[in-house]
Amino acid sequence: MSKDTQGTPVLEARGLVKRYGKVTALDHCDFDLQPGEILAVIGDNGAGKSTLIKALSGAIQPNAGEILLEGRPVSFASPNDARAEGIETVYQTLAMSPALSIADNMFMGRELRMPGLMGQVFRKLDRKRMEDFSRQKLSELGLMTIQNINQPVETLSGGQRQGVAVARAAAFGSRVVILDEPTAALGVKESRRVLDLIQEVRARGIPIILISHNMPHVFEVADRVHIHRLGKRLCVIDPKDHTMSDAVAYMTGASVPEGVAEPA
Amino acid sequence: MAEADRYEDVVRTRSDEKFAEFEDTGKGLWGRFHELLHTTPAIVPLIVLLAACIVFGLILGSKFFSPFALTLILQQVQIVGVLAAAQALIILTAGIDLSVGAVAVLCSVIMGQFTFRYGVPAVLSVPIGLACGTAIGAVNGWLVSKVKLPPFIVTLGMWQIVLAVNYLYSANETIRAQDIEAQAPFLQFLGTKFNLGGAVFTFGVVLMLIVVLVLAYVLRSTAWGRHVYAVGDDPEAAQLAGVDRHRTIMSVYMLVGFICGLAGWVMIGRFGSVSPSATTGVIGNIQAITAVVIGGISLFGGRGSILGAFFGALIVGVFELGLRMAGADPQWTYLLIGVLIIAAVTVDQWIRKVTA
Repeated sequence: MSKDTQGTPVLEARGLVKRYGKVTALDHCDFDLQPGEILAVIGDNGAGKSTLIKALSGAIQPNAGEILLEGRPVSFASPNDARAEGIETVYQTLAMSPALSIADNMFMGRELRMPGLMGQVFRKLDRKRMEDFSRQKLSELGLMTIQNINQPVETLSGGQRQGVAVARAAAFGSRVVILDEPTAALGVKESRRVLDLIQEVRARGIPIILISHNMPHVFEVADRVHIHRLGKRLCVIDPKDHTMSDAVAYMTGASVPEGVAEPA
Repeated sequence: MAEADRYEDVVRTRSDEKFAEFEDTGKGLWGRFHELLHTTPAIVPLIVLLAACIVFGLILGSKFFSPFALTLILQQVQIVGVLAAAQALIILTAGIDLSVGAVAVLCSVIMGQFTFRYGVPAVLSVPIGLACGTAIGAVNGWLVSKVKLPPFIVTLGMWQIVLAVNYLYSANETIRAQDIEAQAPFLQFLGTKFNLGGAVFTFGVVLMLIVVLVLAYVLRSTAWGRHVYAVGDDPEAAQLAGVDRHRTIMSVYMLVGFICGLAGWVMIGRFGSVSPSATTGVIGNIQAITAVVIGGISLFGGRGSILGAFFGALIVGVFELGLRMAGADPQWTYLLIGVLIIAAVTVDQWIRKVTA
């Protein structure tokens, strides 16, 4: 299943650098995401995973280095730029407005307007179209039996909210879906469901970047594991050839993978 | 991965996967009522408004329920109504604007002084006044959004600055109603009265209704309106979800400045004269906040509707007129409004609980 080197990566980063004052969060970091794979990104706290992901999703701008989307250099000034290229992110905080409805949240920042005069002159939102689309996307991912697509997000459980956030990303993420700690705040049963969801999304051919601290989850769903350490990619391993203990040892520096020179 | 590691699989096989169904769990009548309030918060002030009308109607009879008395309430709340609409917008973004009343007074002074001091035609000095209001709003918005100062502080300062500029610029001179009527009647345009089946309306009242209805539509049915709620609810989340936070906040403060300018124009229509020492400059902000709070808009942002603020302004108007007609000491009005404010926030806390 490992697709190490064939073809052009969907998303690629070369020599990314990001400094916050004296702290170097990304130190000439490389990154590759192959078509159709689930790539897990693991690393200890402070290793720079979040910074890497934010750079790839446009939430921060790296000081140096380049990002390539399907081989073409891109630069994202904001999350909207990345989104316009089909890269969707599910943030750990979910980035949802609790008081607004599921449909409002699905379309936040990319609302659909009514056709014709009502939309152009009066900027009227096409609620029906947005609601139908949201309902359809939620049921495609098996997230819905009936329902009130207009209920506020705050009335949903943690798992349901995560489900809506994943559905939003899957619905609009035509090229890449990034998931930041999707199971961190969830119970066992809800995590299970979200992992199924992730595989569901991959089954539609969309590659996924999964940031997680949960080794069993990473080893269960990932095709490759990108191990991040001290602001750069230490190595990429195939979960079938390594154990979880190996991975933990690499990311904490307890041992060094073959062929990698660990700096002092 | 070894079989022994799949310790979570037991959940998959033994659960019925009822994890994300959105089912109505039969909450009963009370629950439904709570849900209705949760989704339509303007209902509470509407109920209070109707109840107040009924009570005063029973006490005062046809004296209160005459078209004259009811439209008098509208005329009396027109300035506060417009200011409350502006205030509601700011409070929806989790801000607060203490400068609304002062900006309204300054705008009315600018409209008057440009006409009388510089000889600018009134049809031009009104838009100039509105532009000044918008510009002050832009400064407030910029300080809140870019410099990241708390809105309370920014507008507390702006309130004092605007009031002082207002006195300095006008030299505390009132422009008399007769002079305006003779030389620049357009300034008093919003005071124009017209009769509709025994009820007397002014254009100012009509303008207030238009402002409220347009804002209600825009907030409900356009992307910008949804962004205002999202930014007020959780600015970080809104930003990550793709909302331009800075643009949204700037546009809200500028629009509020513009609406305050309109309130200034309404003031000239209502009073006839242009007075830099109009009480609106000092208490307009508090009156507007009172209406907004009674109208059920959360001071924490993101919740409530502009119609609620309008109902809040009307409730205050009904209390003032009703108690005056009943011959009560005006202090009773303040006492009851104080009770209403506290009650409104208590109800708001209850409504905001997701499950009753």
